[in-house]
Amino acid sequence: MTVMIDTGNYIAAKAAVMARPAVVPAYPITPQTTLVEGIANYVKTGEFKGEYICVESEHSAMCACIGASAAGVRTFTGTSSHGLLLMHEMLHWAALARLPIVMCNINRVIGPGWNIWTDENDSISQRDTGWIQFYCSSNQEIFDTVIQSFKLAENKKVLLPVMINYNAFILSHTSMPVYIPEQKEIDDFLQKYKPQWKLDVNNPITFGNIILPVDYEKIRKDMQNSQENAKKLIPEIAKEWKKKFGRYHGDLIEEYKCDGADHILLAMGAIGAESKVSINNLRKEGLKIGLARVRTFRPFPNEEILKLGKQADLIVIDRNISIGSEGALFSEVKASLYGKSDTKVHGFIAGLGGKDVTYNDIETICRKVVEGKAKDCEWYGFEGGGK
Amino acid sequence: MAIKNLPVEECMIPGSAACPGCPATMALRIVFKALGKNTIMVVPACCTAVIESLYPNTSFDVPVMNIAFEAAAAGASGVEAALRQQGKGDTTVVAGAGDGGTYDIGIQALSGALERQTNFIYICYNNQIYSNTGIQRSGATPYAAWTTTTVGGKTEFRKEMGEIIQAHHIPYAAQACVSYPEDLYNKLKKAKSIKGPKYLEIMAPCPPGWRFGMEKTVDMGIMAVETGAWALYECENDVVTFNGKSKLILEEKIQRKPIEEWIKQQGRFGHLFKPKKDVTRIKTIEDHTDQIWKRYRKKYL
Amino acid sequence: MKKYDVVTTISYPKKGAMGKTGSWRVFRPILDKTKCVKCLRCWIYCPEGTVIRNKDDTVDIDYEYCKGCGICANVCKVKAITMEREAKKK
Repeated sequence: MTVMIDTGNYIAAKAAVMARPAVVPAYPITPQTTLVEGIANYVKTGEFKGEYICVESEHSAMCACIGASAAGVRTFTGTSSHGLLLMHEMLHWAALARLPIVMCNINRVIGPGWNIWTDENDSISQRDTGWIQFYCSSNQEIFDTVIQSFKLAENKKVLLPVMINYNAFILSHTSMPVYIPEQKEIDDFLQKYKPQWKLDVNNPITFGNIILPVDYEKIRKDMQNSQENAKKLIPEIAKEWKKKFGRYHGDLIEEYKCDGADHILLAMGAIGAESKVSINNLRKEGLKIGLARVRTFRPFPNEEILKLGKQADLIVIDRNISIGSEGALFSEVKASLYGKSDTKVHGFIAGLGGKDVTYNDIETICRKVVEGKAKDCEWYGFEGGGK
Repeated sequence: MAIKNLPVEECMIPGSAACPGCPATMALRIVFKALGKNTIMVVPACCTAVIESLYPNTSFDVPVMNIAFEAAAAGASGVEAALRQQGKGDTTVVAGAGDGGTYDIGIQALSGALERQTNFIYICYNNQIYSNTGIQRSGATPYAAWTTTTVGGKTEFRKEMGEIIQAHHIPYAAQACVSYPEDLYNKLKKAKSIKGPKYLEIMAPCPPGWRFGMEKTVDMGIMAVETGAWALYECENDVVTFNGKSKLILEEKIQRKPIEEWIKQQGRFGHLFKPKKDVTRIKTIEDHTDQIWKRYRKKYL
Repeated sequence: MKKYDVVTTISYPKKGAMGKTGSWRVFRPILDKTKCVKCLRCWIYCPEGTVIRNKDDTVDIDYEYCKGCGICANVCKVKAITMEREAKKK
């Protein structure tokens, strides 16, 4: 075990290389660039023995991931924002092909206008692609989740690609100390990759030809079952990691001071981390408030949220907006409760376009709800006109 | 190489979904005769994806990976890297795309794979249209040809993909035609023996797309070459060598036949002949073809 | 042939993946073996691979899958193959 003090991107590169993928196709985009530069550097030092393919677009990056994974090797890539959007078609392809590709996505605002700060609309708009989605709140969680994700994705009961999301700059470019296990420990945790299907000249299958509705539907159903299986496996893998390395970031959600709470805040990513400071301060003020940091948006933690909803009123902060509806987390939280709990749920849109969301802001949001002054759904700190 | 000497081995299995008279299956039979069973094929959206036939069966006896329309070359890059990482660098990776997937939507991924020296063979079977989607115009569709999206005839000339490929200075590129199987076989064999990116384009006259009788596929290919509408050549390390009838046309040992003889047999040019002959547009085609051959002579003689 | 236990579009090679495509035929190639000069043009040009090349380079037609395009008859230099309309279904 060593301690590495570095940015989220370099930590992700370290984790990726320690997982020993054979092929990493990638294309640079701010703020993911230092992740791929990190991998390129490990090529130079010899620490990364696989092949780094400098493709000509993110679309091709995901295509090359699909090709490499289908040919039977462990595959990793990273992207952000417009890069992720360009991949969209192939994200569906990878999931339907049941290829356990692991990818980091650095949550960044979508243009126009050009904006490299963080919000989560890039990955939220990929939620129906079949990918498992993690949202991290620290560099340590990035490291641990990258390694764990390979184990999860490659499990026969899952066989779905995994996207590890973390916020632009707040994590991607901020240095934090991170505990790094020894390579041998990682190798023991993450066994050698065994593909569940592959392109093999001794077994000439055709992958992806024309399929009739009745058979296609079976793939969709199996993907859904696999996401359900992931709900059980994510906690198992997290617990195995905790046992081996002593670190734990939660299961599908990370509960923080939820015991006895009559209000529980739900948030993802860096806001989830910042919220811990707010919860501590509000608890000191005597508010019975806790935090449930949502770590996986897919599979969605319906059961966990229902349990919390039976205990407390819920406050949801979304750093994304499904235009024409509301924050994605807010919608899905309410759907989890529907017909089973009539607890109150308040939604807040905050931090779009990369606006800061500080612990002070989060405290203001929580107080407003506790004091009964919050609407069902509102934009926090909106500085625009009167509409 | 005489027909007799071409291998008996087949990787295309009869009873596929291909149209009767299909030039793509005709070409693919030769492709696999040349490349053998130690081959993995990457196929984007195109007729070949249909020809594979219906899940859970396939008409291909080599591994095939289907991928999105614009993605054949990028997918192949991934397959090739993964094979090499597993010590299987001797397996031939071949991408097989149509002209739409090559000239248009797939050109970026193709250019990228050529530039980064992916060790694979990219095959474009060129039927000069989006056949699979129901005969729409592509960048390879010739001037004046009817398609469902150029109802009065295409108003632009086709691109010269061969010259675009040559600008990548890859070790091997060639143009062939389904009507000359021995030539196609030899070009494939050569491509297989060379390391790095290889490009092979195969003229593939499509009976339903071009509106000619399905028994005439081979004739249409021969006419394409003899009229100079298509050229057979190889480009090895930037040296271009024309072959077959194309060489004779280039060297002016024979005259190319008038394009009119080729197009009048195709319903897609029917509007140039009925109700009355469109002399202007036919002349435009002939003049344009002359221009191309002038340029070829200047560059390659 | 190893079958993969993964629920996705994985297909396995099969003769007649689209069924007995011989039923598509309107015209049937009839080969006159006495005229055949074993040039194998019909074999190499057959789009479906349904002209069977025998060891002695004579050929036979696989009527189960031949789609009846007529290319074999068209490329035959000695007119050993003729196309005849299929008899109407009884």
